[in-house]
Amino acid sequence: MSETVKMHAFQAINAALHEAMEADPKVLVFGEDIADREGGGVTGATIGLSTKFGDMRVKSTPISEQAIMGAAIGAALAGYKPVAEIMLMNFTTVCMDMIFNHAAKLRFMSGGQSTVPITIRTLTGAGWQTAGQHADHLEGWFAHAAGIKVVAPSNPAEYKGLLLSCIQDPDPCIIIESAGTLFIPGDVPVDQGPIPLGVARVVQEGTDVTIVSWSSMVVRSLQAIPILAEAGISVELVDLRTVSPWDRETVLASVAKTGRCVVVHEAVRSFGPGAEIAATVNEELFGQLKAPVRRLGAPYSPVPFAKVLEDAFLVSVDEIVAAVTEVAGKG
Amino acid sequence: MAEHSNSPVPSTETLVDIYRRMIRIERNDDTIRTAIRRGKLVMPYYSARGQEVIPSAISTLLTNDDTICTIYRGIHDMVAKGMPLRPLWAEIAGRVDGTCKGKGGPMHLTHPETGVMVTTGIVGSSMPIANGLAWAAQLDGSKRVSIAYFGDGASNIGAFHESLNLASLWKLPVVFVCQNNGFAEHTRYENGTSVDFISKRAIGYGMPGYTVDGNDPWAMYAAAHEAINRARDGEGPTLLECKTFRFLGHVLGDDDKYMTKEEKAAAIADDPLPKFRARLIAEGHATDEQLTKMGTDIQAEVDDAMAFGLASEYPSVDELRRDVFEKEIAA
Repeated sequence: MSETVKMHAFQAINAALHEAMEADPKVLVFGEDIADREGGGVTGATIGLSTKFGDMRVKSTPISEQAIMGAAIGAALAGYKPVAEIMLMNFTTVCMDMIFNHAAKLRFMSGGQSTVPITIRTLTGAGWQTAGQHADHLEGWFAHAAGIKVVAPSNPAEYKGLLLSCIQDPDPCIIIESAGTLFIPGDVPVDQGPIPLGVARVVQEGTDVTIVSWSSMVVRSLQAIPILAEAGISVELVDLRTVSPWDRETVLASVAKTGRCVVVHEAVRSFGPGAEIAATVNEELFGQLKAPVRRLGAPYSPVPFAKVLEDAFLVSVDEIVAAVTEVAGKG
Repeated sequence: MAEHSNSPVPSTETLVDIYRRMIRIERNDDTIRTAIRRGKLVMPYYSARGQEVIPSAISTLLTNDDTICTIYRGIHDMVAKGMPLRPLWAEIAGRVDGTCKGKGGPMHLTHPETGVMVTTGIVGSSMPIANGLAWAAQLDGSKRVSIAYFGDGASNIGAFHESLNLASLWKLPVVFVCQNNGFAEHTRYENGTSVDFISKRAIGYGMPGYTVDGNDPWAMYAAAHEAINRARDGEGPTLLECKTFRFLGHVLGDDDKYMTKEEKAAAIADDPLPKFRARLIAEGHATDEQLTKMGTDIQAEVDDAMAFGLASEYPSVDELRRDVFEKEIAA
C-alpha cells in the first residue's frame, strides 16, 4: 500500500490538473472564473494553475459556453488537450451543438482525420437547493451521443485517477462532479495515477444482490449496505465510474453470480441510463435472473427547490434498502 | 509560411491565380449539378455559384498551414483552398476513397492537409471552432491564420456574437468572413437582420469590420490582404462582410419563389466570372486563348475527379464501428 493523503474531491481534481499540466505542455485549462485573478474557480478546483502555468495556458473566459467549447474543439484539432470547465451541467445545454454535433462527431464524420481530445469538467447534483436549472444529472443525454465518453466518479481518489485518464484520452470526455460526492474526504494515494476509462470497480463483493451505481448514488448505496447486511442480505456493489462506454463484462459477471440486480442513479428514472443497463442484463442473463431487474432514479420532475421536495426527489438510503430487500425476496 | 504580400493591389500572377480558382470552383459546381441531375450523385447540394470571388481572392493569401472552417455551402471555399478534387468527388459520392471515407459527405468534407479543418451543417458553428484553431496558432507562436466562413443568416445566431467577443478579447488571429448572399435560407436579408450592414456589428466587439463587394476580385483581395496581415501580425480579428448573390437558391431544386425573377436575372447578368475574364483580357493580364485553355484543362481535371469518385468502392459496413472512438467499437 502506498502512502495516502486525505482530501476532498476538489483537492484531488486540483492535484490532477497540476500534474497533467506539468507533464504535458499541450494541456490547457479554461472556463468561467477559473484563473486565480477570478478566485481559481467557483469551487476552487483550479486554484494556483494560472499562477503556475501562466495566462496563455490557463484562461478565464467570458460567460460564453459555445465560445468555450468551440475554442476547446479548435485547439484540440490543432493538437492541444484542452480541459474546459462548463461551470454547471445545465449550462452544457447552451453549448450542446458544439458538444453533440461537433466534439462527439468530428472523428467519425472526418473518417478518422480529426481528433477532439477534450475534457469537459462540469458540476451538478441535487442537495444544495439550487433547483431546476443548476442540478440536473444529464449523463443519459451524453451517453446517447456516440463519440463522447461519460465519466462520473464517486470518491476523491477516483476523481483524480479518472480525470487524469480523461485528459490523456484521445477522444472527448465529460466528467461529472456531483454534489453528493464532493465533501466526503477520502484517502488518495500520493502516487495516484490514471484509472482506466470504461472499467467498473467492484466496491464490495457480495452474493445476494448486485447494485449497479455511480457518482452520488454510490455514496448512498454504501450507506444502505450495512443496513441490508443486518437483515442478512449480502450486496455486491459495482461502481460503474464510466457511464459510457460502460463495463458490461463486470456488471454481467456480477449479476450472473447474484442473479439479482438493482440499478441506482441520481438522474431521472424515465429513459435514464438505468434502463439501458437493466435491458442489457435482461437480454444477456434472462434465464439466470431470480427476480426482475429494478431501477431507482429521480421521479419524472424538474429538480425542486424546497428542501422537503429536494429530499424526496433524490433516491434515499431507505428506498435503496427497500428495493434491494424486495428484489432479494425478503420484503 | 507565406511572406506578407506587400501590396493590396493584386499582381497579374495573383489575378490569374484568383481566376484559376474561380474557374475550378465553377467547373466543379457545374459538373456536380449535372451528375446530380443524371442520377450519378445523390446528395443535398447547396451550390455557391455566384460566390466564387470571395474564397478565391482570400485563398491566394493563404498557405496549407492556414486553416479554414466552413459550412454546408462551402465546397467553393474548399476548392479555393486547394482541396484535391479526386477525394472530394469520392466523398460526395459516399465512397471509401473520399476525404472522410464516405462517412461525412458534402456537408462535412474535411482535409487537414490543405487546412480544411471543419465543415459544419449547423449555421454559425464554424466560428467558435475557428477561434480554437486561432488560439492554437497563438499558443504555438506561429503566424498561422484561421478563417471562419459563414453566411449572412449566421450573423443572427448566438455563436457569432460569442465568437466575435472572445476573438477580440483574446486578440486571436482569425478572420470572420461573412458571405452575404442576401438570403438566409428563404428569408430576405432585411426581414431577418436588424442592421443594414453586418460589418457594423464588429463595432460592438471592438474589431474592424468592412463591407466589401464580394464579387469584385480587386476589392476582395485588398480587404482580405488587410485582414489576413492584421491577424498574422498578432493584431487580432477582423470581420469582413462580402456582398454577393447565390444564383441557385438555398438548395438545388429550390424554386426561388421568395425572390423576383428580375432580381435574379439582374444578378446573373452581372455574373462575376465572365466579367472578370473580360477585364483580365482587356487589361492585358491574360489572353483569351490562355483562359480558354485553362478552362479546358480544369474541366479535364474535374472529369477525372468525377470518374475517380464514381469508380471508388462504397465503404464497408464495418466503418460504422470505426472512428466513433479511436479504438474500434467491438462487433
